[in-house]
Formats: sequence, structure tokens, C-alpha cells
Amino acid sequence: MYYTYAITGLILLISYIINKAKTLKAIKIATVKFKNIFPTFITMLIFVSIILFLFSDEVISNYLGNSSEFISVLLASFFGSITLMPGFVAFPLCGILLTKGVPYMVLSAFTTTLMMVGIITFPIEKEYFGVKVTIIRNIISLFIALIVAVITGILFGEIF
Amino acid sequence: MKKNVKLKIAFISIYLLFLIASFIFGYNPGKEIAFNLISFLIYMLKILPCAFILIGLFEVWVKKEVIEKHLGEESGIRGYAWVILLAGTIAGGLLVAFPIAYSLYNKGAKLSIVFTYIGAAAICRVPMTLYEASFMGVKFTAIRLLVSLPLVIITSVLLGNYLSKRNYKIIEGK
Repeated sequence: MYYTYAITGLILLISYIINKAKTLKAIKIATVKFKNIFPTFITMLIFVSIILFLFSDEVISNYLGNSSEFISVLLASFFGSITLMPGFVAFPLCGILLTKGVPYMVLSAFTTTLMMVGIITFPIEKEYFGVKVTIIRNIISLFIALIVAVITGILFGEIF
Repeated sequence: MKKNVKLKIAFISIYLLFLIASFIFGYNPGKEIAFNLISFLIYMLKILPCAFILIGLFEVWVKKEVIEKHLGEESGIRGYAWVILLAGTIAGGLLVAFPIAYSLYNKGAKLSIVFTYIGAAAICRVPMTLYEASFMGVKFTAIRLLVSLPLVIITSVLLGNYLSKRNYKIIEGK
């Protein structure tokens, strides 16, 4: 994980060697931008910590494993939209669910909404793009996720 | 504005007091929430500072004309290809994609390309995709990518055109 810091440090160093003033300006821009968005990040973090507690791995596996396919897809989209997980947490969870017999279609709805729909990142997204566009983008993403789920279901022979 | 800040401080204080009290009295849900907070904070600290420094460097080094030419109004299909390639190689998901997309836009990238970038950053980051395939199988990942990526591009073009017609501007100065 430290390779991101190593690469950034290296790029920063090269930039500094080529042009000291520009690099310092870049750092200043970075700090200002980070400061502007930081309070929103903190609020989001607090919500993430609570949401991940309410919709823990156990809750998610419980619901996705025990309902009809149609309801599971809807629930999966809901869980995926409302939670926020890095891939290294989400995919092992999905791997476990797969061995428990949860259909590919359901997991597809879950992972795609997880990646594309961000209810919890809403405050941040709206800081950059405004409320209206944020809502539109998220709704479009939800529909894309549902389409992906249905096609996954068809190609894995889970529906039709 | 001031009232908002006060409310925020009150909210954060109550939250922190709740976490501390949970540890003192051994209240497990509170402990779990604290654990969630810390693990997510660490995850973000691994990526965010780097992301913002790279954004800063991008802003000072990359000329506006370059972005306008390759990702602006005049750019064709290649603009989309560039931006998907860029999205595929950058870590961090949506949280990092928003500020980057914003910088791209300010440098003259057109809206449909900016939205394609956000969508692509969500769904086709290379390391994540490989990781996904190792758990879910290549077929699953391939279907997801091949279905979602074209949809992302099509909807981004539609949304971009729709907003351009309405003279939409992204908020300045973040």
C-alpha cells in the first residue's frame, strides 16, 4: 500500500528538481483543496462508520442469502448503494457469498452499485458537481447496475 | 453558515463522546463503530493525500490547451479512450475520482468526458478488476465490464449534451 506514497514522492521530487516554484505552488493547491473538502470527508467518515455497523457483513450475507432472487437483487442494490467498502473488503465477502449459493446476478447488483452509486458520498459529490447532477448521476448508475445484474443473470443461466 | 458549523461541531462532539463512553462502559456496538471509523480513516489516509498532491501537480504542470485539445469539445472518440485509460490506472474509486474529474473539467475537458471518467474510475480500475476476477471468476468480471462500460459512455454523452444545452457549470473554486 505504501507504493502510492513512494510513487507520489518520486513524482514530487522530479517536479521539484525541474521547477521549485511550480512544485511549491502545486503543494499549496493540494493543501487548499484538501482543506476545503476535509470537513465534508470527516462527516462522511462518521456516517460510514455507523452505516457499516448497521449493514455489517453478517447482515448483508443474511439478507442476500435468504430471499427470492428478485428481492435479493433489489436488496443487493440497496446495500451496495448505501454502503461504502473498498474492493479488498467487498470482493472477499462476495467470494464467500458465492460459495454460500448466492446467485451471480445478486452479487453483480451488489458490487456494481457499491462501485458506482454513492449515497454516502453524496455530500462530497455535490460539493463538486451540485445537487442536481449528483442525483442524476447516481440514478443513472443505479439503472446501469440493474441492467448489468439482469444480463449477468441471463448469461449465467440464473433467469429465463 | 455559522449555525451550520455549530451544529456540525455539536454532532461530532456527541459522536466522539459516544465512542469514548462505549469504551469506558464496554458497549460493543459503540466499539464496533469506532473500529469502523479508524479502519476507514486509515484507508483514506493511504490514498487521499497522494491524490491531492498529484492533483496539485496536474494543475501546475498540465497546460489547459493540452486538455482542451485531447479531452475538450473538439476531441473525438480518442478523448474517451484516454480518459478511460487514465481512470483504469488510478486507485481510490469515486472519492478520488470526484476531485480529479473536477480538475479535468476546470482544465477544459468536456462534460461527457468528465462523467465518463467518473464512471470508468468506479468500474474499471485495473488492480481492482484483477482482484475481482480472482474472487468472482473471469466471466463475471468480463460481463460486468463489457455491459457497464458502454452504458457509462452512452449515458455520459447524453448527460453531458443535456447539461451543455442548459449551460450547466460546475461550481467554481473547490
